[in-house]
Amino acid sequence: MGISPVLWHFLVKWLHSSALFPAEASTIAPYTDALYFFLIGMTIVGTLLVGVLVVFFSIRYRKEKNPVATQVEGSTLLEATWTIIPLAIFLVTFVWGALLYFRIFNPPANAMNIYVVGKQWMWKAEHPGGQHEINALHIPAGKPVQLTMISQDVFHSFSIPDFRVKREVIPGRYSTVWFQATTPGTYHIFCTQYCGTLHAGMIGEVTVLEPKDYEKWLQESTSGMSLAQNGERLFASMGCNACHTGNAAARGPNLAGVYGTKLTLANGSQVLVNEAYLRDAILNPSEHITAGYAPIMPTYQGQISEDGLIDLVEYIKNMQSNDRVHQTLMTSEGDQAAPKTPVAGTTQER
Amino acid sequence: MSATTIVSLPDQATARLPKTNYLNNKHGLLSWLLTADHKRIGILYLLSITFFFFIGGAFAGLIRLELLTPQPDLVASDTYNKFFTMHGIVMIFLFLVPSVPAALGNFLVPIMIGAKDLAFPKINLLSWYLYMTAGLFTLATLVLGGVDTGWTFTTPLSTHYLNTHVMTTAIGIFIAGFSSIFTGLNFIVTIHRMRAPGMTWFRMPLFIWSNYAASLLMVLGTPVLAIAIVLVALERTLNIGVFDPAKGGDPLLFQHLFWFYSHPAVYIMILPGMGVISEVMSTFSRKRVFGYTAVAFSSVAIALFGFFVWAHHMFIMGVSNYSALVFSLLTMLVAVPSAIKIFNWAFTMQKGSITFETPMLYAFGFIGLFTIGGLTGVFLGSLGMDVHLTETYFVVAHFHFVMVGGMLMAFLAGVHFWWPKITGRMYPESLSKLAAVVTFVGFNLTFLPQFVLGYLGMPRRYAAYPAEFQVLNVMSTAGATVLGVGYMLPLIYLGWSLKYGAIAGNNPWQATGLEWQIQSPPLTENFLETPIVTQEAYDYEWLEEKMKHEVTHVG
Repeated sequence: MGISPVLWHFLVKWLHSSALFPAEASTIAPYTDALYFFLIGMTIVGTLLVGVLVVFFSIRYRKEKNPVATQVEGSTLLEATWTIIPLAIFLVTFVWGALLYFRIFNPPANAMNIYVVGKQWMWKAEHPGGQHEINALHIPAGKPVQLTMISQDVFHSFSIPDFRVKREVIPGRYSTVWFQATTPGTYHIFCTQYCGTLHAGMIGEVTVLEPKDYEKWLQESTSGMSLAQNGERLFASMGCNACHTGNAAARGPNLAGVYGTKLTLANGSQVLVNEAYLRDAILNPSEHITAGYAPIMPTYQGQISEDGLIDLVEYIKNMQSNDRVHQTLMTSEGDQAAPKTPVAGTTQER
Repeated sequence: MSATTIVSLPDQATARLPKTNYLNNKHGLLSWLLTADHKRIGILYLLSITFFFFIGGAFAGLIRLELLTPQPDLVASDTYNKFFTMHGIVMIFLFLVPSVPAALGNFLVPIMIGAKDLAFPKINLLSWYLYMTAGLFTLATLVLGGVDTGWTFTTPLSTHYLNTHVMTTAIGIFIAGFSSIFTGLNFIVTIHRMRAPGMTWFRMPLFIWSNYAASLLMVLGTPVLAIAIVLVALERTLNIGVFDPAKGGDPLLFQHLFWFYSHPAVYIMILPGMGVISEVMSTFSRKRVFGYTAVAFSSVAIALFGFFVWAHHMFIMGVSNYSALVFSLLTMLVAVPSAIKIFNWAFTMQKGSITFETPMLYAFGFIGLFTIGGLTGVFLGSLGMDVHLTETYFVVAHFHFVMVGGMLMAFLAGVHFWWPKITGRMYPESLSKLAAVVTFVGFNLTFLPQFVLGYLGMPRRYAAYPAEFQVLNVMSTAGATVLGVGYMLPLIYLGWSLKYGAIAGNNPWQATGLEWQIQSPPLTENFLETPIVTQEAYDYEWLEEKMKHEVTHVG
């Protein structure tokens, strides 16, 4: 914008060391800051313009100087000017802001996913490998990270000011936010939507690590079970595998590879199978009947926690074949079948 | 009085208040409580909103005091939450929404269009009683132990997770809404049906235009708030589940309903204030408002556009990217008529003959602060910028600039401007100018640091905060102290002037407008005979001609 890049660089550097601006710790931050400086410029110029006009007229046309007012009707030319110029500036702001918004909320395809559950009053992060953290989030620098977030109770809002990102965390639906951290360090996570008594205490810390330190951290904090493994267990214990066997004769549709595909429903509509759809299909199955299947699936509303739903969703997401379903199915069918088959007669005697 | 002043006071040795006026034609408390006179009802409103303003202000003081240190050491978190909830509810529903229309508008709308009263005097009285009932519910909440929903009543927090007095407050706001609807209805009918002969639409003062536009918003917007509140109450008591995802409801629905009213509500607050500024700028520049028609139509444009921007409060709530685009664009468009007004006011001064009375100083304050408030609104309307700024102190600073810097400055400008008409007496000149300056300085000290705090990321509604934000918070609290002084001053000297103020006479500012052609304080009937209007609203040439004749007659 007419300003030399070197000068701009120094200006930005100086501003960020002045404690009036937050650190620029993500790839989005410089873009947000550029728009911010433009808007500050617009505000200062606009306010000065109005101020100068008022002061100038006050001095030039004060009563001592100008005892008799000259009546003026107005001026179409002047009024058109101050309609069109602000309109143009606001439209530039609109386009600029919209481009930034799409940049902020369209994640790159290779982003790694971490789940976040907001509850009164903590942030619980769940890494796919099963690492859990409360009011803390460890991420690698230089890698796009997407958070899939949901609230267990009221509205929360997940904000990392130093990354310039924020997204509402809503009960009943997944929302996502992504960022790519640039500088290792620790930064605030705030809940910015008022959520009750300890709203101000819902503060966390995001720790940006060098990729190799992040790998180390993952190794050290593993709980031994990944989300998908937890999900698999849940899948079996809730009896999901009884219908979703993956066989041609199964009562429920095959779930292997279903994530990311377009599914045709009984009412003819097509839906994209994503995390939100999977979650909703577990809680409100009667609204999501897959074409060709009977509406017999019961609702699991109130029977699975948000954490559990995340495990199930993560399991279904990662299900590429039916082998594991078959294994667990055999085991569970085997369990049920055992009493029916009097192999040695010992079971009946007991 | 200095040489520059245009105040024309009657000779103080012989001056008396008019023998009969609306204040003394009937006596006793009942004559006030059962009055159907729009001027007395205006006074009732003025007294009660002042009372609530200082209650809301006291909470503001407590909030700023608590934020002096990073720890929640003045009060615990839940008490702090009750403080800011009470501050918000009282200031929005019991002060900002009714202030200019219900207090000044009630007094002035009929007089300024040459009518004897509003169209429905008894409904007007009823609207004050509804307002007071709403106030009583709010005070009851306070006495019972408070409520901590925030003024936005976000569900499911307000419906399922809070055990405080949500219902009393909700009922209070529901009732306050009806008061607002009745006032709006009364104004619309009065302005359509009761204008004096010759008072065409384009001869109306701009104060009437802006109150008309605000009335449209009150009548069309407030019922939606009522619906939202009823649904919250039903959800809370009967658990009907419209906002509960577990029952197939949608928590975002509440946000839509609430902001469908509460965004236009900002314009209900600010439009009448803009009307005051038009009157004041014109009077003390001795000129018609520059581009009268553009200013009149921009009020209506703001009212209409105001209904189509509500989702800009929800850019980060997962509304679709494309609806976010539409709402951002509409938000940019609604900023344009405001910009038009600012420049029209500034150019009203061009070639004028300007004096700097107290209302003019407040109007300057309004123009400066509202410009900053409006331009920082563009930050929030801009999608990508909003993501970082929303729900932080930047938003707090922005809407205080618009509603306190703008609206309250306009209200004080109006109170000072029409004080001689309402009471028949002048206030002390130098003290009132001092108050205007103190308020302006205090305001900027309080809220400018909050823009910076917001960009640094300090969230709203935090009782405690990370230590690095303390310096700016201390600055803000210091400013709030100065601001508090600025608000106390008028309370004191205006009260003093009721008894000791100089007699004002009919037209101390030598202003145009029907209200300045009648005695101060006015008769109960306003006009002895129905006036016939032959000139447009701000015809200073006509006024000066007329005054010249009067002088020659006397001479």
